[in-house]
Amino acid sequence: MKNPPALYLEADNVSPDAFAGKTAAQIAELSVHEGNTTPTLGKYFEVKGDAGATAADTKIVVKGDVKRVKYLGFKMSAGELVIEGTTDLYVGAWMTGGKILAKGDVAAFAATAMKGGELVIEGNAGNYLGAAYRGDWRGMSGGKILVKGDAGSDIGMYMTGGEIVVNGNVDVHAMTHAEGGKLIVKGNAKSKLGGQMVKGTIYVFGNIEVMMPGFKPNGEVELEVEGTKAKFAHFLGDIGERHGKSKGVVVYGNLYKKI
Amino acid sequence: MTKTVTDVICPFCGTLCDDLEVVVSDDGKKLLEVYNACVIGTEKFLHSQSADRVTRPRMHQEDGSWKEVSYDEAVEYTAQMLAKAKKPLMYGWSSTNCEAQSVGNEIAEISRACCDNTAAVCHGTTLIAVQDIGLPTCTLGEVKNRADRVIFWGCNPAHAHPRHMSRYSIFPRGFFTGKGQMSRKLIVVDPRTTDTAKMADVHLQVEQGRDYELLDALRVALKGEWLPDEVAGIPAEKIREAADVLKSGRFGIIFFGMGVTQSISKNHNIDAAIALTKDLNEYTKYSIMPMRGHYNVTGSGEVFAWQFGFPYAVDLSRGFARYNPGDTSSIDLLTRGEIDAMFTIGSDPGAHFPISAVKPIANVPSVCIDPHLTPTSGVSKLHVPVAFNGVECGGNCYRMDNVPIDCRKVVEPPEGMLTDEQFLIKVRDRLKQLKGAA
Amino acid sequence: MSEYLIKNGHVFDPVQGIKGDKKDIAIKDGKIVDKVGSGAKVIDASGKTVMAGAVEIHAHIAGPKVNLGRIYRPEDKLFSCTPTHGMERMGGGASIPTTFKTGYEYAKMGYTTAMEAAMPPLFARHVHEEIRDTPIIDEGAFPVFGNNWFVLEYLKNQEVENTAAYIAWMLRVTKGYAVKVVNPGGTEAWAWGLNCLSVNDPVPYFDITPAEIVKGLIEANEYLGLPHSMHIHPNNLGNPGCYETTLDTLKLAEGYKAKNTFGREQVMHLTHSQFHSYKGTNWGDFESGAKEITDYVNKNKNITIDTGNVTLDETTTMTADGPFEHHLTGLNHLKWANCDVELETAAGVVPYIYSPNISVCAIQWAIGLEIPLMMKDPMRCYITTDHPNAGPFTRYPRVIKWLMSKKARDTQVNAFKHKDKVLSQTSIGELDREISLYELAQMTRAGPAKSLGLTAICGGLKPGMDADVAVYNFNPDKPVANPDDIETAFSRCAAVFKSGVQVVSNGEIVGTGNKRTLWVNVKVNDNPQVMRDINEKFVKYYSMTQNNYEALGHHFVPNPFALEVDATQA
Repeated sequence: MKNPPALYLEADNVSPDAFAGKTAAQIAELSVHEGNTTPTLGKYFEVKGDAGATAADTKIVVKGDVKRVKYLGFKMSAGELVIEGTTDLYVGAWMTGGKILAKGDVAAFAATAMKGGELVIEGNAGNYLGAAYRGDWRGMSGGKILVKGDAGSDIGMYMTGGEIVVNGNVDVHAMTHAEGGKLIVKGNAKSKLGGQMVKGTIYVFGNIEVMMPGFKPNGEVELEVEGTKAKFAHFLGDIGERHGKSKGVVVYGNLYKKI
Repeated sequence: MTKTVTDVICPFCGTLCDDLEVVVSDDGKKLLEVYNACVIGTEKFLHSQSADRVTRPRMHQEDGSWKEVSYDEAVEYTAQMLAKAKKPLMYGWSSTNCEAQSVGNEIAEISRACCDNTAAVCHGTTLIAVQDIGLPTCTLGEVKNRADRVIFWGCNPAHAHPRHMSRYSIFPRGFFTGKGQMSRKLIVVDPRTTDTAKMADVHLQVEQGRDYELLDALRVALKGEWLPDEVAGIPAEKIREAADVLKSGRFGIIFFGMGVTQSISKNHNIDAAIALTKDLNEYTKYSIMPMRGHYNVTGSGEVFAWQFGFPYAVDLSRGFARYNPGDTSSIDLLTRGEIDAMFTIGSDPGAHFPISAVKPIANVPSVCIDPHLTPTSGVSKLHVPVAFNGVECGGNCYRMDNVPIDCRKVVEPPEGMLTDEQFLIKVRDRLKQLKGAA
Repeated sequence: MSEYLIKNGHVFDPVQGIKGDKKDIAIKDGKIVDKVGSGAKVIDASGKTVMAGAVEIHAHIAGPKVNLGRIYRPEDKLFSCTPTHGMERMGGGASIPTTFKTGYEYAKMGYTTAMEAAMPPLFARHVHEEIRDTPIIDEGAFPVFGNNWFVLEYLKNQEVENTAAYIAWMLRVTKGYAVKVVNPGGTEAWAWGLNCLSVNDPVPYFDITPAEIVKGLIEANEYLGLPHSMHIHPNNLGNPGCYETTLDTLKLAEGYKAKNTFGREQVMHLTHSQFHSYKGTNWGDFESGAKEITDYVNKNKNITIDTGNVTLDETTTMTADGPFEHHLTGLNHLKWANCDVELETAAGVVPYIYSPNISVCAIQWAIGLEIPLMMKDPMRCYITTDHPNAGPFTRYPRVIKWLMSKKARDTQVNAFKHKDKVLSQTSIGELDREISLYELAQMTRAGPAKSLGLTAICGGLKPGMDADVAVYNFNPDKPVANPDDIETAFSRCAAVFKSGVQVVSNGEIVGTGNKRTLWVNVKVNDNPQVMRDINEKFVKYYSMTQNNYEALGHHFVPNPFALEVDATQA
């Protein structure tokens, strides 16, 4: 970043897929949006180096102040993206493959409707991490997200597959309406955890501020989760929600809280 | 001599009472008396007659004073502002008619603006919930004619929608509810003992911020499953009793307001309430309805939706419509410093937004279209007073149950004052010239 | 006003019996004329197909449930919106297009008239606002009557004349076009969470049966002599075995003759017949009842139908059959919206994915094609998708491809995961018929126009009719190399004229014309009883005053076109 925008940038084109097969000069010509204007990436960024022939062969490193840049890694399917500083909304939104490493924080809506690939966030993640787009009952369905810091609220909403690991704490309403997938919280969870969950699995190593009443105690189990062997209290839920059957047995969501 | 205009629609709240009678002078220039309205509606009509009304546009000067300008100068400032801005926000729309909203949409499309309405601070979260889970609802006449279980959750109609209970929800003797209030059981869920709660057969004093848990518990109770001893400050036994009261009705309706739409869980509260309503339809008949605030916020949502596809928080900056509250919603746009021009109409964000969202308005070119002097007009660069919609001009509006009613003009506006629609048409036409020439 | 000469095209016009002859079509002052002067603008239609503008007899494109669908499905617009460009305002919505997009997309396919299939009268102002904001195409809207308290009470007492007076009042007050009936009686039952699944199932409290409602409304419709017949969505939609309820409903038309001055010959229009042609007892043994239904309609000529073709898309179902939608959300667990409307009707909305991998969906697709292929009279069978219920109307070109090409049908059948089941449960594999262009014109233009009572105005190219003309890049003389070419040709017209104004050129919008709202103005004898009943119900039961209900000012319907009916001598 050499020329920070007055407003915000929407950098849909900063992805290995958009850069693939292009020289630095061509990449600088790719469009970017600042409000209702459509200048080029080169107006704001200095571009060094050429892309690989394909997305899979392309690695992008974004340096400088990108706190006001949205959509880095949008819809990427392969290749690598490294974001050195804190950035804004929609990191890796709708991604289907490839690897993103965000060294700072990311704001809301990262990994919206993720289908595959890997997203590692060394700082904190905002709200709606790995959530579905508004109105869509098909949320994150594959891939893996690792947050080394804390995550915000509404993460994993309408999740159907894939995995989210948060080393720190999560805010309210994680895994709401989940129909599959896995969330592992190594820190603490706030309230409304797993609300309206149909299916899927949640592991919490720390405290849960207030349990949802729809999570029914179901004994204790010994488990190994993310390299840690421990005893977990097992809960089935959300009992208030609908559930399907497999071989005649009702399939609930599973919540495991480390004892 | 006077004349009485009947079937007048009150342009204040989402109850949209349409049985008002307004007495005006024979020449149609003075409004004299209002019948059948509540105290808020009556004042809405009467205060249009204030002697100290601002009747011409005014520009904020460097020294903080105001200078009167002509409507043409106001049009020019507004059109130039919108033509030059990279990301203008056109906010409000809830206290004007659908015809004006439609012209506003044209302007937003030409200037590639963000447009939003007061759902942003009100039932926007309801709309998010409806998008996630749906909405079993009905018109208010169904409530009047059939409902025997009425739930007010997180709302206080005694104060906020004063004639709601007498026109629709508690007192009327409808086709199947001939015994009026005696036909109905009222359940109120509110942490406070409000005037509405005092009327309830059952008052669940839910612990603040725990409505989502209580709704989950009610769904569990309906299924007869295990519950912890207490949820949201309410004993499990009382929750099961409440579930039975709900289930034993033959037609139930849940009304809800800011108590759940703007407290911690926001859209999730509404989502869970809609899920409960859906569950209750396995046993009997239930519907759910938001208590919309402004008298035509619903209309703004409808017009946005049929023209652009989304009901609020619409971003047109790419030349086509995009939507994602948290990104495209007004308070986020303002607090994050995303916009470079502010256009407000038919609302008062200066009074209703968090101060961190109001301060940025002072730093950008801004226009406020409003008959009143408000905190928003105070912070804007240009204030354009217009005729009171529903009093001094007619136009279509949508009630809280989405029913359209065409408001009436009962009295003339002050001499030379424009209506919203007239001003917006001038802005649109000037903007087209500016953009065409570019 | 402009003069145009569409030269040398292959004309297909069932109104004049023209079956592909090369003819010139002359347009002047908004009408088809015999000839124009040398100053006329020439559109070269050599090697192209020329038909009248198409007529959509049943689609959900304007009104509260359509908009509820838009509001609650932001994902329907994700990544698929079109920007403002040229003469077009921005558009969006894959299954529920915004109003601007609706007008443009219909026009680009050569449609010039469309009927909004169900208008809840309390919401007439909303329906008309959306119609006004839908560019180019003429539109009308059908108010719903089959669950209306006035109708239920009058017909319980067999008061046909009072019912007729009420219908006349309603059409005038809502600027409505026809008598629409949806799930008769069942939607009033739904206000208590119940339904009527057979024609003899009485409505709670009102104690009248769907059969009595349907017959009464047929009689009232003919008493008035309306341009269109009673238009019905029968009870028990969508359930295996429902074909029997459909036959029971069709039989209610026996013995009635159409009475009107508009050329209409049917007394009943059965809509989206695909959804009503199911045999079997459950989703496992589900099979096609298309033969039973078409056998009956082939023999009984006082009935017209439209197809309701499944297009194998993700779409949104929406209907005034409220209980059906509740049933559907129980099956697919997708978000359910519902609105019961006081004294009148209800509506429900649920998204639905017609997946080619699901045998039920594939069988539904097959039934939707069997019906028109087995109907003998193309003037009585019209192509629809019950938009958006069985698929978006933008898929009409694809439906046309399937009807005109056995090869295209076979390709689709072979792509089904459960191909064998489709072949065993339906007769789609055995049907060789390929619809001709002339038959297509009957099924999409002349036929629906006649059924609607619009024969004098549109659906044909006879001099004197409105100059609604569509020119397709389809050469009838060339053999079709690839059936997909049919779909391409019918997706974007070379030229479209609406009331003599050119609105489409090379698939792009070049004009928006001056669309009209079609409605029916019926003169009846004074009926003080009905007027008193109306007053009383407004005072006691409606949540709005009568004066406000009747308010439908000019700003709602800026360009009305009334079909006048005089029923005072009835």
